[in-house]
Amino acid sequence: MIDWQPLWLSLRLALLTTAILLLLGIPLAWWLAARRRAWKALVEATVSLPMVLPPSVLGFYLLLAFNPSTGLGRLLDHWLNIRLVFTFPGLVVASVIYSLPFMVNPLLAGFRHLPPDLHEASRTLGKSDWTTLIHILLPNLRAALITGAVLSFAHTIGEFGVVMMIGGSIPGVTRVASVAIYDEVQSTHYPEANHYALALLALSFSILLLVYLINHRHNRSPL
Amino acid sequence: MNATPGFPHSQATPSLLRPQAAPGFLYFQATKTLHTASGRQLLDVGFQLKKGSLLALYGPSGAGKTTILRILAGLTDADTGYIKMNDETWLDTGHLSPPSRPTRLPTQSRSIGFVFQDFALFPHLTVRQQLEFALPKKADRQVIDELLEMMELQELQHRKPTLLSGGQQQRTALARAIARRPALLLLDEPLSAGDDMRLQLQDFVRKAHRFYELTTILVSHYLPEIFRLSDEVIVLENGKIQKQGPAPQVFLEEKISSKFRTTGEIVDIQPADIVYVVSILSGNSIVKVIATATERTGLHVGQKVMIASKAFNPIILPMT
Repeated sequence: MIDWQPLWLSLRLALLTTAILLLLGIPLAWWLAARRRAWKALVEATVSLPMVLPPSVLGFYLLLAFNPSTGLGRLLDHWLNIRLVFTFPGLVVASVIYSLPFMVNPLLAGFRHLPPDLHEASRTLGKSDWTTLIHILLPNLRAALITGAVLSFAHTIGEFGVVMMIGGSIPGVTRVASVAIYDEVQSTHYPEANHYALALLALSFSILLLVYLINHRHNRSPL
Repeated sequence: MNATPGFPHSQATPSLLRPQAAPGFLYFQATKTLHTASGRQLLDVGFQLKKGSLLALYGPSGAGKTTILRILAGLTDADTGYIKMNDETWLDTGHLSPPSRPTRLPTQSRSIGFVFQDFALFPHLTVRQQLEFALPKKADRQVIDELLEMMELQELQHRKPTLLSGGQQQRTALARAIARRPALLLLDEPLSAGDDMRLQLQDFVRKAHRFYELTTILVSHYLPEIFRLSDEVIVLENGKIQKQGPAPQVFLEEKISSKFRTTGEIVDIQPADIVYVVSILSGNSIVKVIATATERTGLHVGQKVMIASKAFNPIILPMT
């Protein structure tokens, strides 16, 4: 009998991560796009770092940072009573950091691609920056928003190294599908590994197919 | 917009006096270093404008026309400046005497309408939705239908910008700028306007300017438009005011005591016996004028000219 829990856990992690990244990514990308400053390159490089770093490196440093007996982890533990090592919230925080570039970069490109006078026109009509963002900028960033959300979701579903380092493999807590596959293969339970692998394959493919279908329709109809 | 004694025109010395505020006027004074294709240059311009009048800004590209509009709108910061509209101070960098606290009203709080060079229509909204978005929350919604009718956009009101022609887009941008009933209308010259489009739009600008009692500033390098629409024109060159006054006075060096005058563009020159027949497009009609061989030498097709007529013989005066 196949245990659906790892798949369910992966799904929950990915949904939560994507939702947080949307809330975090939109203002961050908007701020990065607003005015080019030399030192903003530093922020951009930091945001994009997870794209090039081996996941184990990121996981290793997050593990050190979240360690409840030192530094940041100790502060969190002491003041907020939050533990991020080998817990589900820890996975969420790590996933948000790990998938940040997949949300921010498409949005940043989207914001930069918008004609600057859309924002200026809205200001001359007496509208606040917030109204402009909600009613003018975001509706014209639909494609970037969909791309960012889907990439973040898919990337979180597919992550392994970071999850392994920060979460380990605690059933029902941190044992997501990708980790479950690894465990099953280690124990030579190939049919079980195949169940999870097949499920991830089908899920990933469906998501991408959906995106391309949406984009296809989106491009055909005039904006 | 007659020059008032004591009001500075084009110097930015710290000793400038802050003009006595009279209601019904726009005061503008600003300096800014511009980075143009030909290097750095100082924009240094001051003028005042009576409520309800239409001012044209004329000059070569890079002279600072668009920058003046953007400073008025608060989209670009001036190095030093003072802007007062009616009783409201929009900008005071504190460089005038007597010294005062610097003020800078944000774009959103200035009562302006701005028509951008490429119109800046919102791609996802229909014509009607653009106007609805522009309308302040508590405003009377009737103005939307009024504007759609005035700009002849009722039929197109449910279309998005990509399905509009250039002229229709411009009318939409004009209607959107006016929807919130601004005190000051700023029109930047459209980048991609053909003569037909300009001609047509002139009527809409004039209609709206009068009907909504707007004070309007228009950036244009198209003389027939300036002659037809403006009460006053400011000629800018290298960031400074070169000339200022009513268009005929500014653009015609020698005064002509003519019975009739109009402007147009030469569309054709044909020899006829010992003279030439010059066809000039003026408004929507072609005027044919006889020119001698000597007169003809200074004329070419595409040239903007003024036709003036004394009792008998019409004369053609090049304007560019």
